[in-house]
Amino acid sequence: MNRFLVLTTSVFGLLAVQGFGARADDALEQLAKDPKQWVMQQGDDANTRFSKLSQINAANVKKLQVAWTFSTGVLRGHEGGPLVVGDTMYVHTPFPNTVYALDLNNDGKIIWKYEPRQDPNVIPIMCCDTVNRGVAYADGKIFLHQADTTLVALDAKTGAKVWSVMDGEAGKGQSGTDAPFVYKDKVLVGVSGGEFGVRGWVSAYNIKDGKLVWRGFSEGPDSDTLIDPVKTTSLGKPVGPDSSTSTWQGDQWKIGGGATWGWYSYDPQLNLVYYGSGNPSTWNPVQRPGDNRWSMSIWARDLDTGAVKWIYQMTPHDEWDFDGVNEMILTDQTIGGTPRKLLTHFDRNGFGYTLDRATGELLVAEKFDPVVNWATKVDMDKSSKTYGRPLVVDAYSTQHNGEDSNSKGICPAALGTKDEQPAAYSPDTQLFYVPTNHVCMDYEPYKVAYTAGQAYVGAAVAMYPPKGDTNMGNFIAWDGKTGKIVWSNKEQFSAWGGALATAGGVVFYGTLEGYLKAVDAKTGKELYKFKTPSGIIGNVMTYEHGGKQYVAVLSGVGGWAGIGLAAGLLQPENAAAWHGAVDQGKLPPKEKTVDTAGLGAVGGYAGLAAYTSLGGTLTVFALPSE
Amino acid sequence: MNVGRWKLVFVILASVLAGGTACADGSGDPAVASSDNGKYADKNGNPTYKISADGTVDWYTFSGFRRYHSDCHVCHGPNGEGSSYAPALANSLKTLSYVDFNDVVTNGRKNVDAANDKVMPSFASNVNVMCYLDDIYVYLRARANDAIPGGRPPKHEDKPEAAKEAETSCTGIK
Repeated sequence: MNRFLVLTTSVFGLLAVQGFGARADDALEQLAKDPKQWVMQQGDDANTRFSKLSQINAANVKKLQVAWTFSTGVLRGHEGGPLVVGDTMYVHTPFPNTVYALDLNNDGKIIWKYEPRQDPNVIPIMCCDTVNRGVAYADGKIFLHQADTTLVALDAKTGAKVWSVMDGEAGKGQSGTDAPFVYKDKVLVGVSGGEFGVRGWVSAYNIKDGKLVWRGFSEGPDSDTLIDPVKTTSLGKPVGPDSSTSTWQGDQWKIGGGATWGWYSYDPQLNLVYYGSGNPSTWNPVQRPGDNRWSMSIWARDLDTGAVKWIYQMTPHDEWDFDGVNEMILTDQTIGGTPRKLLTHFDRNGFGYTLDRATGELLVAEKFDPVVNWATKVDMDKSSKTYGRPLVVDAYSTQHNGEDSNSKGICPAALGTKDEQPAAYSPDTQLFYVPTNHVCMDYEPYKVAYTAGQAYVGAAVAMYPPKGDTNMGNFIAWDGKTGKIVWSNKEQFSAWGGALATAGGVVFYGTLEGYLKAVDAKTGKELYKFKTPSGIIGNVMTYEHGGKQYVAVLSGVGGWAGIGLAAGLLQPENAAAWHGAVDQGKLPPKEKTVDTAGLGAVGGYAGLAAYTSLGGTLTVFALPSE
Repeated sequence: MNVGRWKLVFVILASVLAGGTACADGSGDPAVASSDNGKYADKNGNPTYKISADGTVDWYTFSGFRRYHSDCHVCHGPNGEGSSYAPALANSLKTLSYVDFNDVVTNGRKNVDAANDKVMPSFASNVNVMCYLDDIYVYLRARANDAIPGGRPPKHEDKPEAAKEAETSCTGIK
């Protein structure tokens, strides 16, 4: 009881300080340092998803039990996770984007509930389910980024609306799925809609009143991208004038994609914000000649002005929908005896990148799934003309093979070796823990026309597990300094839940069947699993309350995983069916075996629907009281 | 021509029997009754698929496979098998007629209440869909009748000149 009183007092003290106009960021920074709370979606500004709590550890995690649960009342895919600020937990839902404040002192009793009124016509413009990746906290407010792109600030104590602003236009295919991110006195939001020809941007609003401070686009003239021809560098060199528009044909950049819906990070010393931009629109590469900058890029922007310090395009002229939006994880590690400020990023394209986050220098780019085949490697030779570019294999180049040609066996699939599900980093092991997809595809691009507010895709895609494998996911440990897999656990389905690493030597993540799993951080050995009510695409978090450490995760299957896997990726059976049932044995034997040779047991591909069903539930775990 | 008449009766009987059992969907019997430049229609004039014994599908079924897997599958799942938030159209077309199909795609549909938030948008202004309505329909019709399995049809008839001309004039893309 004493501990509780002290904690409560200290939190209220901080809130009071904020109320008197002190810099909100200082208060938030202080709160983030307290491992008993989880005040931002990723745990810290650096995106490490690491907690210093160690009450639950590798030795006792096997005793974990469910402490309490909470139904969100919404059926669709639940990404992101809850926050804990003081004695209150904040839980969000997919559309309609309800927010609950739960009283941790009173068995999760609902303190307030906020449910915005939104036009349901936004639902079908959300390409991959009506997901929302969570709320942010700062300055006594809860920030919610709604599906219709409204950014709203709520009073954290009452749920009353303090201010709101509409960031985009749903009628043009623009939607909100990413969490807001608060750094210092600004709250940042990105936009979704790469499949609707949306030109991506990032907006920074003042947390006090919702006034727009700056907005930087992914494509367009330098005045729109906030790129300086001289001061902005890419791989150590100034980018030059019109670095975006010069890489597009005509004014295609106006519908050029480059959505910005991932997990942002921030380095307070450098005052730089990091995030990735998504695929160029359309998915048909032949229709948009050029490098299509600055889609598919890692961005470093000055927090105060939005000015771009450096930028690196990972996948110039995308031909596979390898969105570059995945999280940028900031760590300080020593490479070759030199301490470095690093940024590590696991891209959809299957390469794990490590860069110097101050300069944008490319240090490591290696495949984090051995089956990645669309490029042999990233050219690391600084004197080469193709320095920093992936060396694309013609057979898997949908540009090379052209429109109306089906390029087969491309690994990874469009959903990437990893999608938005965020990785974790433990400073104790100096390893990254990465939930991954292990899926390949056929991709056939063709011409499409653009209509505002309508899908603008232009490719037919079929996805299936790599030949010879029955697992469609892996959970891996990765050394970002060398670009090597340290250990790898197979998962039957894509590992689509965000990871959590703790000082207890345990790493947690959720699976599509609905398991919360705990593994040993050093070896990957499974220590505990529990099947929650639905498949997990949310991110695991932890907090301490009343002297007890809790681990919490939202389950609720859906998202792109829900569409890609719910019906089963039945390529092997399909191939067998085509060659068996339909042709009635008339094809020559060689052709007959072409697509099925080397594939695993048919039973291994049974659909996810056989394992789980819809429904949003929060499950909170703890060790039993002795 | 008594023999010929008997043959005709037999064919009608056979197709009625087939239509009354496994091979009927929201538009009736999908059996091919006529063709026009590689585009097939059932006895009611509704578009339908043609699958040859060697697995070759007609152009429109193949085209529908592609269009479906570009503009529809992101919600309705691969092969028309549904997702966690949109119905399996391979099932829906067992009861949905050609006319109703066109109506829903063109005008959209809403099913929003406490338990559901399903919204089908209107595709009326999307030429990538509207110019291929029949293609998508016959592909899903073939799926609804289990005439083809999931996945990409390995062989298809050549693209008819009529399809090329219709595409150019409808989409405005050359």
